Amino acid sequence: MADDMTSAAESERKFTLNFGPQHPAAHGVLRMILDLDGEVVDRVDCHIGLLHRGTEKLLEYKTYLQGLPYFDRLDYVSPMNQEHAWCLAIERLVGIEVPRRASLIRVIYAEIGRILNHLLNIGTQILDVGALTPITWAFEEREKLMVFYERASGSRLHSAYFRPGGVHQDLPPELIDDIAQWCEQFPEKLRHIEDLITENRIFKQRNVDIGNVDLETILDWGFSGVMVRGSGHAWDLRRAQPYEVYDELDFRIPVGKNGDNYDRYVCRMDEMIQSNEIIKQCLEKLEPGEVLASDSKVAPPRRGEMKRSMEALIHHFKLYTEGFHVPEGEVYAAVEAPKGEFGVYLVSDGSNRPYRVKLRAPGFPHLHAMDHLCKGMMLADVSAILGSLDIVFGEIDR
Amino acid sequence: MSEASENYADLAAHLEQALKGAFLGHRVAHGELTVRIDRDKIIEAVKFLREDRLCLFETLIDICGVDYPERAERFDVVYHFLSMRMNHRIRLKVATDEDTPVASLTGLFPGADWFEREAFDMYGIQFSNHPDLRRILTDYGFEGYPLRKDFPLTGHVEVRWDDLEKRVVYEPVQLTQEYRNFDFLSPWEGMTSVIPGDEKADTNEEGA
Repeated sequence: MADDMTSAAESERKFTLNFGPQHPAAHGVLRMILDLDGEVVDRVDCHIGLLHRGTEKLLEYKTYLQGLPYFDRLDYVSPMNQEHAWCLAIERLVGIEVPRRASLIRVIYAEIGRILNHLLNIGTQILDVGALTPITWAFEEREKLMVFYERASGSRLHSAYFRPGGVHQDLPPELIDDIAQWCEQFPEKLRHIEDLITENRIFKQRNVDIGNVDLETILDWGFSGVMVRGSGHAWDLRRAQPYEVYDELDFRIPVGKNGDNYDRYVCRMDEMIQSNEIIKQCLEKLEPGEVLASDSKVAPPRRGEMKRSMEALIHHFKLYTEGFHVPEGEVYAAVEAPKGEFGVYLVSDGSNRPYRVKLRAPGFPHLHAMDHLCKGMMLADVSAILGSLDIVFGEIDR
Repeated sequence: MSEASENYADLAAHLEQALKGAFLGHRVAHGELTVRIDRDKIIEAVKFLREDRLCLFETLIDICGVDYPERAERFDVVYHFLSMRMNHRIRLKVATDEDTPVASLTGLFPGADWFEREAFDMYGIQFSNHPDLRRILTDYGFEGYPLRKDFPLTGHVEVRWDDLEKRVVYEPVQLTQEYRNFDFLSPWEGMTSVIPGDEKADTNEEGA
């Protein structure tokens, strides 16, 4: 596991271990300095920032629309959920109403993003504790979902599909049918994965009563998402501070009991079932209509219109060069991303570019608590806990 | 939204009374409450917000800096809090400059540690009584504060692998082409009319 070991002076048992940044269980580019006492962890010092690309700085130099694709590159496991927060922030400042069809499509894709994320997280966490099969089954489903991403937006990962005022293009009817069909078979596939893991003895030994999170930890360290729900607190922004159409949908919020790794795994499994239900409900509610607020100044004119109207052509040109102006002000827009609360704090000075954007990534405070969670645990638990925190470095390092 | 705004107006009035001295002003906009707090009293204000039964802001969501180079106290430190029990949010703002430290919240919220390190890393904002104020996101040995408005987008140094020296070397940035920074707001000189849709924007504002 380690390539450089230095023995501490005071005791033969105490030593420092370098974990990562190129360790497969480090979920990207995490470097941890572990102070160990034998096999027991004394202290974890996380070195992050190896994937720091200065997204917040770059956003200050791009127009609002040019900034959007950067959000796909934050949490690249569930790209559209990040775009969602960005669009909500802009919409709130400009004051745009999103058409109903666009709202439903957003919810469908946000929930697809949640399933994408949880499938990957469960797959990799299990891989970290030693089971090789489930991840391949999970990725099979992920692959199908990414095809849905591609068919809606043109790309599998960096979709740039959610736009201020709606979504970029309408969904073709065949795609809607295919998503509905996929929803029918997904619970069955999930059960297969569940059969392998849920009652698995080794999986339980590695995860039950490991990485326990209580209410004090949650509040002290600023946890959100599954990290809160796994401990039995039904806090979900989709229910507490609803956005889009979540207030009219019928879904449960799965909560755990003990707040350990295992409960979080169960929560995630159950959340996928709920997301599946949400997608189904949204598909039923879908009615033909606009998908981009057409009367606003932030959305491009439709192609057909541009062929006939000079005004539309000018409008299109200005929108993609100068971009639109966002009124002066500041706003914090948060969404329930699969990993927790993803927030965008946007300060606008009234020009065509943001004055300051702060991205509040849910993984950042979660990873911060590694030292707290791992203290007194065994070395082998570190990777199990890390997997259960659901860490993606795109969003932590930004 | 309007209901939330009313609640926040009430909450602001309550805070103004309770936090005499620390409370410097408030604003309710877009369904959000922003309160400006005296820099020296941030700790007691946050403590009150956490414990008062009308507030119960127990979750620290975020701490970040914002740079306004034209101001005497150029930085704003912006705190976001959430109350899961009351289901409301608040934003606190504290002004400071390069040298004056802001009291660290790590004593109240251990989770403030990394957020403050990030604000220090990005803006050079100092936090007093922080247990371990070192850089967090930038490279080992990095110099400068990248999110300050006077820091160039390209940075000052670039790295490459030197095959002769068998190591990564740092060199001053060399741009083959000037970074393109279009000033869309004044497309040509002498233009007096306003671009459609721009009526609302401040025409005196500088583009860059």
